[in-house]
Amino acid sequence: MLAWTIYISFAGALVLALMPKGNAALARVIALLVAAAGFAIAIAGFAAGAGQGRVTIVDVPWVPMMGIHYTLAADGISRVLVLLTGLAAVAGVLFSWNINLRTNEFFAFFLALIGGVYGVFLSFDLFLLFVFYEIAIVPKYFLIAIWGSTRREYAAMKLALYSFVGSAMVLVVLLAAYATSGSHSTGLVSLANANLPVSFQMWAFPVTFIGFGILAGLWPFHTWAPTGHVAAPTAASMLLAGVVMKLGAYGCLRVAIGLFPHGLDPWSWSFLGIGSWRDVFALLAVIGIIYGALVALAQTDFKFVIGYSSVSHMGFVLLGLVTLTQVGVDGAVLQMFSHGVIAGLLFAIVGRVVYERTHTRQFGELEGMYLGRRLPFAAWAFVIAGVASMGLPGFSGFVAELQVLMGAWIAKPWWTAASGVGIVIGVAYTWRALQRAFFTDRLPRPDEHPKEGWPKFDPITWPEITATCLLFAATLIVGIYPSILLNSIEPAVKALLAGGMQ
Amino acid sequence: MQEAIAFTPQLDASSIARWLWLIPALPILAAGIISVLKQPRRKLASNLAIGSMGISLLIAITAFAHVLSGWAHDHAVREVVNFSWLTVGTQAVELGWVLDPLSAVMLVMVTFVGLLIFIYSTGYMEHDENYTRFFCFLALFAGAMLGVVIANSILLLFMCWELVGLTSYLLIGFWYFKPSAAAAARKAFITTRVGDIFFLLGIVWLFAQTGTLLFYDHGSGAIEPLALGGLLVHHSHWGLTAAGAIGLLIFAGAAGKSGQLPLHVWLPDAMEGPTPVSALIHAATMVAAGVYLIARVYPLMAGGSIAPGTTTALTVVTWVGASTALFAALIAVAQNDIKRILAYSTVSQLGYMMAGLGVGGVAVGMFHLITHAFFKALLFMGSGSVIHGVHEEQDIRHMGGLRKYMPITFLTYVVGMLALCGVPIFFSGFWSKDAILESAHAWPLSHAPYYMLVFGAILTAFYMTRQVSYVFFGEYRGHGHAHESPRVMTTPLAVLAVFAVALGIIGTPAWPWFRAFLENHAASVEMHAFSEPAWLMLLLTSFVIVILGIGLGWWVYGNKSPRANDPDALQKAIPPVWTVLANRLYIDELYGATVIAFYYWWAKVADWIDRDIWGDMVSTVIWLTNHWARLNKFLDATMVDGAFDKGCEEIYNGGGVLARIQNGRGQVYLRLLALAVVILAAILIWSGRP
Repeated sequence: MLAWTIYISFAGALVLALMPKGNAALARVIALLVAAAGFAIAIAGFAAGAGQGRVTIVDVPWVPMMGIHYTLAADGISRVLVLLTGLAAVAGVLFSWNINLRTNEFFAFFLALIGGVYGVFLSFDLFLLFVFYEIAIVPKYFLIAIWGSTRREYAAMKLALYSFVGSAMVLVVLLAAYATSGSHSTGLVSLANANLPVSFQMWAFPVTFIGFGILAGLWPFHTWAPTGHVAAPTAASMLLAGVVMKLGAYGCLRVAIGLFPHGLDPWSWSFLGIGSWRDVFALLAVIGIIYGALVALAQTDFKFVIGYSSVSHMGFVLLGLVTLTQVGVDGAVLQMFSHGVIAGLLFAIVGRVVYERTHTRQFGELEGMYLGRRLPFAAWAFVIAGVASMGLPGFSGFVAELQVLMGAWIAKPWWTAASGVGIVIGVAYTWRALQRAFFTDRLPRPDEHPKEGWPKFDPITWPEITATCLLFAATLIVGIYPSILLNSIEPAVKALLAGGMQ
Repeated sequence: MQEAIAFTPQLDASSIARWLWLIPALPILAAGIISVLKQPRRKLASNLAIGSMGISLLIAITAFAHVLSGWAHDHAVREVVNFSWLTVGTQAVELGWVLDPLSAVMLVMVTFVGLLIFIYSTGYMEHDENYTRFFCFLALFAGAMLGVVIANSILLLFMCWELVGLTSYLLIGFWYFKPSAAAAARKAFITTRVGDIFFLLGIVWLFAQTGTLLFYDHGSGAIEPLALGGLLVHHSHWGLTAAGAIGLLIFAGAAGKSGQLPLHVWLPDAMEGPTPVSALIHAATMVAAGVYLIARVYPLMAGGSIAPGTTTALTVVTWVGASTALFAALIAVAQNDIKRILAYSTVSQLGYMMAGLGVGGVAVGMFHLITHAFFKALLFMGSGSVIHGVHEEQDIRHMGGLRKYMPITFLTYVVGMLALCGVPIFFSGFWSKDAILESAHAWPLSHAPYYMLVFGAILTAFYMTRQVSYVFFGEYRGHGHAHESPRVMTTPLAVLAVFAVALGIIGTPAWPWFRAFLENHAASVEMHAFSEPAWLMLLLTSFVIVILGIGLGWWVYGNKSPRANDPDALQKAIPPVWTVLANRLYIDELYGATVIAFYYWWAKVADWIDRDIWGDMVSTVIWLTNHWARLNKFLDATMVDGAFDKGCEEIYNGGGVLARIQNGRGQVYLRLLALAVVILAAILIWSGRP
């Protein structure tokens, strides 16, 4: 059933691309219906999959000559991420309700991207996964280059270049693994069972991890992320932060760790406490957590703050993955979901609710606008989203980061201690942004207090409210009752960590 | 010394324990309902909040009575209700709540003081346009705080603890249109959060070591002997046991919330919030949560010691507490804002409680916590009444002579002040402070904390006398007419004043009922305790302290009626010391110049790296690629294409049919593409059939 999320998204993209121009309202409705249908299927698939392990959906030969199969399957991890994709798609369409430039093409690209993402999460054939991964990259480029803002060509090109470098690395490993295994198959399960030699895994693991890690914002290959997020139109930044970065993290988990677990084994030597690829990537993840938070603290552009916060939060995902402990990896997957929802919300508030009304994202200008009183909805939404983002209990981020920290403590306590610094800075940049954008410290100049009151902003529209509530509900439900997702994540992670994907 | 009664595990919790969750749930529910009320429904909003708090108080009293009757029948009550929240591998992370003497005492105090403050707020906030929102936050805060109190899982405690921090942020910044209020709220949140991260690390470590986060779990909880034994064997660095190290991490969290050095800087600024908030959060409940937390995890801190209070962890607690008590009292001497004086006084008294926990144990610290909650709430609400009466003026130099205009406020305020100064026999503050001094005197490691606390006590009496002289004596120096506050505000003051006097009775040396109750042994009346030389010595010391402090204060400030702009009497006498104290020992400035500057500097460096180094790398690659591409283009155009073009020309001439499709219209291309996709899909689906 879950496979229909892919087909329906591509079909929707096709219909939108072919329909006559000029009927923006219809295009929106179609896009919403398609996204909602995908979400409904994702929910149904999630509910139906409860208590089951990996379920193969379809498995047919595709390129028999090379042993490539068209294999779609879902385990607990896939189902959670498909659910996230559906949620992000619906919210993204709602927050794009005001797009009037080439509306149908916008939504066509949007749905094509979504379809590619669904495809990646459901592919259990490495080649097929790679194809969907590439499909997801192309629409991103157009979404940014056509509908973007600040330095959009540069950002789009940067994003595309980084992505393609990453996929090139993945492709090299894909071919090498195919050749080395000798099993005449690119299926993830058969590759995992092929007993690839340790020496091969030792180089294949880091190449794959970096290749996918680029898209997950792995420091120092993260710089596409902030510029890309900032330049992208709201819905695209929501998808970039919300699901596209998860593609990278998912690849790291499913392919790098799933196929080449021995790549994480200790080397025969160690230097400054670094004695394996695991230590290397944990170090990069911890640097990313602190560094992303620090850079966010120094930004003058509201959206850049959120962009860098994504780098910091994705650091927790990567850290959780390389802990290789049950609790740490559980936390990483939960954090993927959590960050997808919360970052989407933050980008929506900044990009849609605020920017579309104020037409500036510079704190220096926002400070003089007294948004706390003029846009109370935005202010309160940002307070709650900010609180969720900084990992306060009751929201999904807390449970996720707590588990990552626990896993990291079991692996190496200093990873946890260092990440703690990142959390503190996280509080500082969130509150700084909140204060400067909404509750200014600055006293008003006389000319900023027009007698007849400020010019009115456009009222908050129903799609904005609906989508905000939807995302809030998601982060709250998971925050208060995390077992709803963990029950499904845990057995899948356990199976994956046990080495086999049988 | 009486025999301690062993806690017998109670597998089946009594019904009152099972329904204990209602105590925090009711105010939270009320907050939820209020949040969806329309602005004009003011009466309903405050009634909901007060009603929920009232019912919570009744349940708390019932629970307290239950524990009390168990204790009276030599049957120690510790009932827990636990449930699993999530499973991590084979381990379950459990949450739960506990009813024991410690939580029962705290529950009654918080609900009772909270209820009085809620009632008082209806008067104080009467004219505020965001009245309903205020009660929403207030009720939410109370619920979260009560959650901290009943939590039997350190994780649940932490969750409620963070919610407390958040609501505190919202309440301090309630008047967010005042820039200083907004900044103070942010400062409070970030500073306490610094401590909380250590707290979180402590939790993670505890879980990694013991596999449980419950305090009590029928013998297998984290602070019960079994787990504790394991923690004590495991040694960490610097001579600490794992238990002590975890305890210290948790103490860092407690220090953040309870305003201990060096994380005290947020508390005085937090006075920007409405006064009932200061009374509720920054006197009676939230700041006391840190002390309560340490009392709760006391076995972790105290485990493995031979003499009482000599573990490394408790030594740290004692020194931090004593230093805080002294430094904050010093700073309080040179403040002019009526609420800031009380704020520093609170910081100082919290230092006493921490020191009391360190040297004397749970009962000593908690006794002062309880008495302080009453008389400090009284003082804050009294100051609120004063501020209300003199038209929102907070500078004590612009008050004066108010005893004539505000008699009830004056009388109750003086009761609170005398209790805070620790005037012997008649005031509760004496008994609780006395117990701390007594334990500090007996502390085997050093006498320095004792002298610090004694000196702090003299200062306390001094600055309170200064404040009362400025506010209530002399001539009125403010603007407008001062007036007494309405009945709804003065009645809670009177009630609290009674308790500020009467509460001492539960902890006199002759009948140490409170201590016996918390430590679970029987209490008896032993009047001869009053004639023991050690105690008489302490009584004498207390007399000297109070007479010195109040006498000095009265001598310097009493009935002088200076003009509003006159420099302070101390300022004239010792200007350099005054300047340093008035600037709060420059601690805020120190942080600004070091920690904060450090982070901003690093942030700038990281930003620069990102923009100029990583960013430039991308540009360089693009530049190189472009130029390489141009070179290729040149080669291509001149050499390869020459031959290719010739060949193409021939083919092109014959390609008339295809040219009709290649008409350059996007729609047509897309349609063809679509057709191809449909065909492809059809093939796929057909071939995919089994």
